[in-house]
Amino acid sequence: MSYLPKPKLHHPKLPTNAIGLTRRDYEGAISTLCAGCGHDSISAAIIQACFNLSLPPHRIAKMSGIGCSSKTPTYFLGAAHGFNSVHGRMPSVLTGAYLANRDLIYLGVSGDGDSASIGFGQFAHSIRRGVNMTYIVENNGVYGLTKGQFSATSDLGSVAKKGTVNTDQPIDLAAIAVQLGATFVARSFSGDKEQLVPLIEAALLHEGAAFLDVLSPCVAFNNHAGSTKSYDYVREHNDALNKLDVMLKRDEITVSYAPGEVTEVTQHDGSLLRLRKLHAGHDPTNRASAMHHILERKAAGEIVTGLIYVEPNPSALHEHLGTVPTPLNALGDAVLCPGIEALERINASLR
Amino acid sequence: MKPTDISSPDHFHKVVDCQWACPAHTPVPEYIRMIAAGRYADAYMVNWHSNVFPGILGRTCDRPCEPACRRGRVEEEPVAICRLKRVAADNKGDVSGRMPEIPSERNGRRIACIGAGPSSLTVARDLAPLGYEVHVYDAHAKAGGFIRQQIPRFRLPEEVIDEECGYILDRGGVVTHLNSRVDSLKALLDEGYDAVFVGSGAPRGRELDVPGRQEAAANIHLGIDWLASVSFGHVKSVGRRVIVLGGGNTAMDCCRSARRLGGEDVKVVVRSGFEEMKASPWEKEDAMQEGIPILNFLVPKRVLHEDGRLTGMVFEKVAAQYDEKGRRNLLPTGEPDVILECDDVLVAIGQENAFPWIEPDAGVEFDRWGLPKLDPKTLQSTHPKVFFGGDAAFGPKNIIWAVAHGHEAAVSIDLLCRGVDVADRPPPDTRLASQKMGIHEWAYDNAVSPDLRYKVPHIPPEKALRDITVEVELGFDREMAYLEAERCLNCDVQTVFSAKLCIECDACVDICPTDCITFTDNGEEDELRTRLKAPAVNLYQDLYVQDGLKTGRVMVKDEDVCLHCGMCAERCPTGAWDMQKFLLETAKPKAHACHSR
Repeated sequence: MSYLPKPKLHHPKLPTNAIGLTRRDYEGAISTLCAGCGHDSISAAIIQACFNLSLPPHRIAKMSGIGCSSKTPTYFLGAAHGFNSVHGRMPSVLTGAYLANRDLIYLGVSGDGDSASIGFGQFAHSIRRGVNMTYIVENNGVYGLTKGQFSATSDLGSVAKKGTVNTDQPIDLAAIAVQLGATFVARSFSGDKEQLVPLIEAALLHEGAAFLDVLSPCVAFNNHAGSTKSYDYVREHNDALNKLDVMLKRDEITVSYAPGEVTEVTQHDGSLLRLRKLHAGHDPTNRASAMHHILERKAAGEIVTGLIYVEPNPSALHEHLGTVPTPLNALGDAVLCPGIEALERINASLR
Repeated sequence: MKPTDISSPDHFHKVVDCQWACPAHTPVPEYIRMIAAGRYADAYMVNWHSNVFPGILGRTCDRPCEPACRRGRVEEEPVAICRLKRVAADNKGDVSGRMPEIPSERNGRRIACIGAGPSSLTVARDLAPLGYEVHVYDAHAKAGGFIRQQIPRFRLPEEVIDEECGYILDRGGVVTHLNSRVDSLKALLDEGYDAVFVGSGAPRGRELDVPGRQEAAANIHLGIDWLASVSFGHVKSVGRRVIVLGGGNTAMDCCRSARRLGGEDVKVVVRSGFEEMKASPWEKEDAMQEGIPILNFLVPKRVLHEDGRLTGMVFEKVAAQYDEKGRRNLLPTGEPDVILECDDVLVAIGQENAFPWIEPDAGVEFDRWGLPKLDPKTLQSTHPKVFFGGDAAFGPKNIIWAVAHGHEAAVSIDLLCRGVDVADRPPPDTRLASQKMGIHEWAYDNAVSPDLRYKVPHIPPEKALRDITVEVELGFDREMAYLEAERCLNCDVQTVFSAKLCIECDACVDICPTDCITFTDNGEEDELRTRLKAPAVNLYQDLYVQDGLKTGRVMVKDEDVCLHCGMCAERCPTGAWDMQKFLLETAKPKAHACHSR
């Protein structure tokens, strides 16, 4: 960590985006995580993605739980809303905030401990309810804050820093997210921003439950030989399904590809996801195909990354509930609490 | 691209923009840190070793370092390097005990220096401590040359000149021959000197060649001669209306001097445009602040006179036109001529070299511009024992170039006297040392100050104009000097990368405030420059490339706008980045074991 804040001086040719902000305007406080932590790279990728999409920082709510990963929202989007909740309870706090104000962009940041252990149930239900959010798990396969015990995502046979071999089965959060009905599921690696940044962009644009499992090496406790979540191991076993380009509605699309090489998915907001296939037979819009590829590559000892599954026309919790388009927090008391007569009418209709 | 060879000093030297730009290669950040730490005497001696005249240069240098300063590329204005140098000189206290000892035992070699200006004095300074007997000749009564004669006292007090010339001339080893004009090089060589250094400057002011010049001669003065007369007290007044011709620093000194000697309506008239004037921007600014207008695009046409008395001048209006080769021509606009009335004209339109005392058969050849034929590195003329430096070598430049020439000539003379080929130059002394003191503690202050450049306080103009000997600039006080010194980015503290330690975690890429670092596939430089995190468009600044990474990529750092804040090294988990101080001292003649004949 550093004592000094990052200098304010920046590159003289630092570009600005459509709303006149520079990438530096999307930064937060300087990180207090260990030097070389993968989480810091994910923070940098989030900053880059939000800058690229020209999102107004004050229209974003970043929610987190407890853990190294959950500290990171302090280190990006200093001008956004934030809530640092109880361990594993980020999904329910996020769900509540989303119900109260459907207009904000929700970014949940969690870790493998926070989401695969103590908050596993919370994770599952926020996904299956279809909360409109981007849920990022910064997955290092280790309890870093408590000095290196195996977490629920540690692979079978993975070796801890002190030599212990893991005998438990790992939880594959991406596979579970597909199974639970997430309408956007991707996996990436903190050390590969070329892949990660467009995935975060696509997830932020996705109007449904978007889940991102990002492998993020823990330099202090899980970056040794025998670890399956080290920089070296992930680089050697990274098996990308596709290469993603995100094109906003306003972008001019100039590059063209031969048919069969690319899959194009137009999202609900008009943005276009252009996927250059690296795996024959993988159809990112087909849930069964997605599950098949996760399991097949895992059996081959590879880590499948890229956009695994996307539903082009997702629906989210507010649509399921049939709530009004106006955010509930913008409605007055008289509308929210219409009085005894209205209650009587509702009760009568149910008899 | 090939990996950068950091075992050669050039890459890191070039990163220290100020030092690279300084003709004498003064280690600027090194002494600025000392000023910030209140170590004024240390800062002075770093300067003294490198540029010989810190107190003089701290007031008068042309500052090639400042336009080069990296701060000017990441913020608005460069660090006030020159005026910080003066702070070191003002606050140093007694440094006589720190000066190199002059050995009482001589090495038996005798060197003659012609002219007691900055280049000759540098030669004497460098050679006297090695046991050489240096004889300095000057036609004037006091040493200093151009510094003494032509820089007005309101910019440079005489005590400063006395002190800094004294460190060279009054400590033994140097024999000063003042009031002795050298009339013959051959006669001098016949005296048996082992080498002769010619540092006689560019002593002749360029003449104005227009009708009426001769008729009104009594009130038309050559700028450098007039400044010398003012300096020595021979001229104490000037007419009420004065025209100064010329756009260089000498013209600025002339107009400001005239303003103090009774000139109320003083104008500078230049042929070129205001922007193309040779004078330093700050000197133009100082002149204009004293109520002196600068009129541009006016070419002298005629001198007006009545009964042998100057009454004014006629100028033709011109405009700059550029031909297809980009060359500028000043063409008449056809507008009516401009007539300016005046009582005196000061001509400061250039200086020329003159060597009437060097006989054609002395063995020193000259080129068609009247300049000596020299080896640009060794400064040796076609006569193996005769060397040139300062304005005498390549025409009018400035003090800091004269000093740089003096050092090089001293090295050459020392090599010559030791029977070594003068082309066999010794390498500079370089050191590279880690500044790491803890996980995030460094031996230098790595916090980047957000402050804008501080202005040097001046005395009020009404006071300044009353007395030509009152120094206009007050200099920074210690507090301001500290704040200005903190603006220095410590560019000499280098980011040194070790690929074998790197795990490619991207921490340095993410933290770098100026987007200098990229990990990418290698390529040709032109193409590589376009796909860095921030495109490297400043082609003058080098890329630092290192290979040997596990993924086969290369680390590319664009040195252009690095703040040297050390964040990359602080965020690096493996110490692949380290902050190492690069100190380069140019080669000077050094004491050698066998020095007798």
